Amino acid sequence: MDIKIQVENLKIFFDKNEVLKGVSIDVYRNRITGFMGPAGSGKSTLISAFNRMIDFEEDVKIEGKIYIDGVDIINGDIDGVSLRRQIGTVFAVPIPLPRSVFDNIAYGPRLKGITDKTELNELVRDSLKKAFLWDEMKDRLSMSALKLSGGQQQRLCLARSLALKPEIILLDEPCSGLDPISTAKIEDALNELKKEFTIILVSNNTKQIARISDYSAFFYMGELIEYGPTERVFTFPSQKQTEDYISGKFG
Amino acid sequence: MIKTKIDKEFIVKIILTTFAFSSLLFLFLIFSFILFEGLPLFLKVGLKKIIFGFKWAPTKGSFGIFPMIISSFFVTFGALIIGAPLGLSCAIYLSEYSGKKMKMFLKPALELLAGIPSVVYGFLGVIYIVPIIRNNFGGAGFSLLATSIILGVMILPTIISISFDAIMSVPKTYREGSFAMGATKWQTIYKVVVPSARSGILASFILGMGRAIGETMAVIMVAGNALKIPTSILDPLRTLTGNIALELAYATGDHRMGLFSTGVVLLVIIMILNYIANFGIKRRVIK
Amino acid sequence: MRINPRIIDKAVKVGLTSQAFFTVGILVAIIAVIFFKGFPNINMEFIFSFPEDMGRHGGIFPSIVGTILIALLSILLATPLGVGTAIYLTEYTKESRLTKIIRFGVESLAGIPSILYGLFGFIFFVIKLKMGWSLLAGVLTLTIMILPTIIRTSEEAIKAVPRNLRIVSYSLSATKWETVAKVVLPSAFPGILTGIMLSVGRAVGETAATIFTMGSSLRLPTSLMDSGRTLAVHFYILAREGISMEKAYATALVLVLSILSINIIAYYIMNKVISKYS
Repeated sequence: MDIKIQVENLKIFFDKNEVLKGVSIDVYRNRITGFMGPAGSGKSTLISAFNRMIDFEEDVKIEGKIYIDGVDIINGDIDGVSLRRQIGTVFAVPIPLPRSVFDNIAYGPRLKGITDKTELNELVRDSLKKAFLWDEMKDRLSMSALKLSGGQQQRLCLARSLALKPEIILLDEPCSGLDPISTAKIEDALNELKKEFTIILVSNNTKQIARISDYSAFFYMGELIEYGPTERVFTFPSQKQTEDYISGKFG
Repeated sequence: MIKTKIDKEFIVKIILTTFAFSSLLFLFLIFSFILFEGLPLFLKVGLKKIIFGFKWAPTKGSFGIFPMIISSFFVTFGALIIGAPLGLSCAIYLSEYSGKKMKMFLKPALELLAGIPSVVYGFLGVIYIVPIIRNNFGGAGFSLLATSIILGVMILPTIISISFDAIMSVPKTYREGSFAMGATKWQTIYKVVVPSARSGILASFILGMGRAIGETMAVIMVAGNALKIPTSILDPLRTLTGNIALELAYATGDHRMGLFSTGVVLLVIIMILNYIANFGIKRRVIK
Repeated sequence: MRINPRIIDKAVKVGLTSQAFFTVGILVAIIAVIFFKGFPNINMEFIFSFPEDMGRHGGIFPSIVGTILIALLSILLATPLGVGTAIYLTEYTKESRLTKIIRFGVESLAGIPSILYGLFGFIFFVIKLKMGWSLLAGVLTLTIMILPTIIRTSEEAIKAVPRNLRIVSYSLSATKWETVAKVVLPSAFPGILTGIMLSVGRAVGETAATIFTMGSSLRLPTSLMDSGRTLAVHFYILAREGISMEKAYATALVLVLSILSINIIAYYIMNKVISKYS
């Protein structure tokens, strides 16, 4: 199977705090990989290293290697801007930019220099369709994105990251603030999207990980405790901690 | 494409850095040109003869500005005596007593006082305050008293807005604790709120002083501009700022330098006041 | 004998309330006097005609033009400088000794009284740079004078923009400057505009700094090197030299009305911003 992201002995320090303690993991192409673990386990820090958003934090030190398609993104000379064109990110809270639905989605493509009206129209339509939002939005493209419901806003954020035509999509607890119906819509969209993209889903919700991810990784206190096909991890966890976590004993 | 973007970022950063340093450059230029013009006279005539000299006759070689220094402080304290209690009362009323709607109206209205140009204050002082003083207390009316009244009103917005911020930043729990112990509203304000906001209120007074000592156009219209130390509040006087404004247009040579020496003294006083005020504000923030 | 604390409480409340309304009364009285004395002397001719006989007769057209020019041009220069400085301080550096020094510079500029700006503008622009009494010297002096206000209000406005919006913009592959230009500045724009409006008000009402740099020529300034007389300076000369009380009041009315409307617009914008964020 095809490896998309390869992490080798990654250590991340905030100030002098070791937040990630030598993590190695392979993330596969066209699969949904679930990262789970209690708060402070380092799972969100890890994905913020994938898109180098971690560079915006203060006093960070990174050791180890991350390869994306074989390119070292920690020590190589790839810049954050080009990296984030390949990696779409959806955050825990939907954060629409204070502008219209259309302009939210066109934000990324315009940064890439796309100004052609028909091309932008197409991109916006495709992205909204992929995020299962087109039917609701097709007549309201010029409406302010701030007026959408929370679930719609989060799918808008998903569509917005798709419009950059990335290869990888990172979702950092995207459903934490959403109701079950909105959550189901996002999960449906992700199941379709994995045909085209490599998806990493960070979640505290073990049931969600079990439902939709192909591979599951369990993090605890900055270490990767267990990683494997979701079915195996959830039915025969090899570590006691994993078992305790997925059975809800802590977390 | 990415490369040109990164080049552009670099250029933008250089431009913004240059802009940010422009303030320092301007400050440097202001200081150096006022000092450059003003200091030589201190060396030539002597610091003591300028700062402690009583006689200002710049065309005859006398550059004493002691009466003006004293007068500047007199009007500044006069302004404070009038402006500080009134301003503090307004700030307390706004923060502790007025309803939300009243505040929405009163606060901008009080701040609008800062927008009235100083020449307008001076003019109204000449038309209304000066005659009232002349007719009721004697003298010419152009006086320390008139100047203090005008400046007292002019520094109100500074005192109100900064004390208001200081009083508002006193935690609500302080007030609740005091009420819980059976204190009345005024006892709470007097014994808890105002003491907690002390340093901010003090800073507002000092910044108000800075505004008063630097005020020019209103002052020259009502002060009378006489060249001696006032011995009563009905006496006319000339401030440091007034001295510069009255004579700059036609002064040349040593005379002009004398005005810059006046400016140097004013600049030093202002910097000291600002330093004290900022120190006071900072202490409040840390607390 | 002890007075009942509740009675003291009531008395204090009455005392403070009356002082607050007395202070507002001062503002109302100033505006009322200027309005009632000035209004009868104002008409279209006064606004659009040239002064005659030192301002004893005729209008104030050149002063209106001079005021608009000096305020507009100094804002045009100070806005990019001030907003640029604010962006640098908030987005491009961490708090450090350097930013402390820059902030100290800005605070110090803010504390310098306008007569010292006049003194500086006079010796530097008028004399040393040989600009003479001119619109240009006035504009450059006022630019420096209003710069601190623009920097401080812009900084506040930029800081109020939620950090999340920046993070989202970066995550969509924007560079720092793209984020500032497309997300931060548009969101901070109303706040920045408030600062600009307040600065315009200050420039319009300024006298001490303009009279020694732009001079007091009664002619219509047609080039940057022309001297001119702002409304505030014209009013000062009319009143101080006792040329004409009617014209002085009328000029004061134009001056005060324009400053008040500028300030009220600024507060209106500010209130909209406050209600948007809360």
